[in-house]
Amino acid sequence: MLDIRDVSKRYPNDVLALAGFGLTVAPGEFLVIVGGSGCGKSTLLRLIAGLDRPTTGTIALDGTPVIEPRPEIGMVFQEPRLMPWLSIDRNTAFGIRHLPLAEQRVRVSEALARVGLASHAGHWPRELSGGQAQRVALARALVARPKVLLLDEPFSALDALTRNDLEEHLLELWAFDRPTMVLVTHDIEEALFLADRIVVMRPSPGRIVAELVPTLPRPRDRAGPDFHAWKYRVLVELDQAVRRPTGEEAFPAAAI
Amino acid sequence: MNGAAATAAAVGSASSRVPARRPAGFRFGTSALIGLILPLGLALGWELAVALHWSDGRLLPPPSLIIATLFELLRTGDLIGHVLATLQRVALGFLFGVVAGTTLGAVSGYWALARRLIDPTLQALRNIPSIAWVPMFILWFGIFETSKVILIAVGVFFPIYLALSGAILSVDRKLVEVGRVFRFSHREMITRILLPATLPTYVVALRAGLGLGWMFVVAAEFMGAEQGLGFLLIDGQQTGRPAVILASITAFAVLGKLTDWLLATGTARFLRWEDGFKPVE
Repeated sequence: MLDIRDVSKRYPNDVLALAGFGLTVAPGEFLVIVGGSGCGKSTLLRLIAGLDRPTTGTIALDGTPVIEPRPEIGMVFQEPRLMPWLSIDRNTAFGIRHLPLAEQRVRVSEALARVGLASHAGHWPRELSGGQAQRVALARALVARPKVLLLDEPFSALDALTRNDLEEHLLELWAFDRPTMVLVTHDIEEALFLADRIVVMRPSPGRIVAELVPTLPRPRDRAGPDFHAWKYRVLVELDQAVRRPTGEEAFPAAAI
Repeated sequence: MNGAAATAAAVGSASSRVPARRPAGFRFGTSALIGLILPLGLALGWELAVALHWSDGRLLPPPSLIIATLFELLRTGDLIGHVLATLQRVALGFLFGVVAGTTLGAVSGYWALARRLIDPTLQALRNIPSIAWVPMFILWFGIFETSKVILIAVGVFFPIYLALSGAILSVDRKLVEVGRVFRFSHREMITRILLPATLPTYVVALRAGLGLGWMFVVAAEFMGAEQGLGFLLIDGQQTGRPAVILASITAFAVLGKLTDWLLATGTARFLRWEDGFKPVE
């Protein structure tokens, strides 16, 4: 279980990115965090990944505090971030360098087959489309078999068709060995299509304002009337999140 | 190395999928020929100028005389000895310069403390003209090979140190973060991310370093060598034979170009991943 308790993050420039943030994510749960830009959702993911440290509060995975990157926690960024000098198979093996070569080879070909890029193993990153490159980034994260996979707006740079395609694909990958997923997005439809639970955040400082559990059966139909009703509900929450009157600490003088 | 063979195979098939605009052999041949137009044209022009008595060619001997001098030196076996002596000095100096420049460049690019500690001193030393070192190096390391090799290594060191330490600072932070997520050690961060990412810059620095090595070898051989192309140069000057000077200079140009070509071709296979600008045809 991922346990985030009373976390706040103040950057050196005095911006308070998160305040009083608490959240628990159950093993195997697909949690989606939605919020406008600057609401601290990327900051939160970086803290969970151990890339940054919270100013106050604790983050723990199965009881062990996260203070630096851990092998059980994988991350997919907004950009694929592939090493341009490595072929696709070697990019995929990037995070399992400590395993024996034979094991690496098996896992890499499995992972590439699962993201539908088995035939691209020897290609260079520059030869891939944006969607293919992001699939490799997914394979690279999953090949290490993390307990928790963090995804920071992973599909926001892709066109709508590719995005839908990859969202469905992500659910298949999730179903395969059920890691805990924490995905950050500003796309409501994406959130509804993927999430077991949706957390709505508001900015200045970043905090949770609403939690929704979409009671839509999977696989979800984006065109269905229930889906649209839910979309409206999330939209209302987001809208209120922006307009709700702010507390005193919301706008520290130095942050403006 | 896993996947290296697969990579090569796939890259081969990838390039064969793309319709070739022209056969590769033809392209290589023409580009090499185009590069010869300028030097051959100049040589031919000068040869004609002397043949037509526009110039007497005494101070600037015509190419035919330079070639004749080179053949004469080749026949007596002198040229081979000079070339080998110089090549050995450049090779050794280059090797030491590259090792030192790469190590210190990587360290000072990676650790802020190392950079604060060594960079100011190296930047100051960098501005000392090579010739200024000659008397000190002779005092310290003697008149023979050691001082020469060290002088060349100094020349090779700086462009490599400078380029590498600078290039590391401009490596994409986002790629470094991937290494952090995968819990790379400092050594892995340097060898698996920073050095490969700086490879294109590094290769250019190696070529610049090699060029400086060829320049410094002349300075080195001015300080009392008994063999070497720099010695040949001085010998030609002291015996008043411009053709010998020019023969030595020609040998420097040919060897410099040849070693640079070897370096460029030898490293090209490590840079196939590059996605940069391709000059317009």
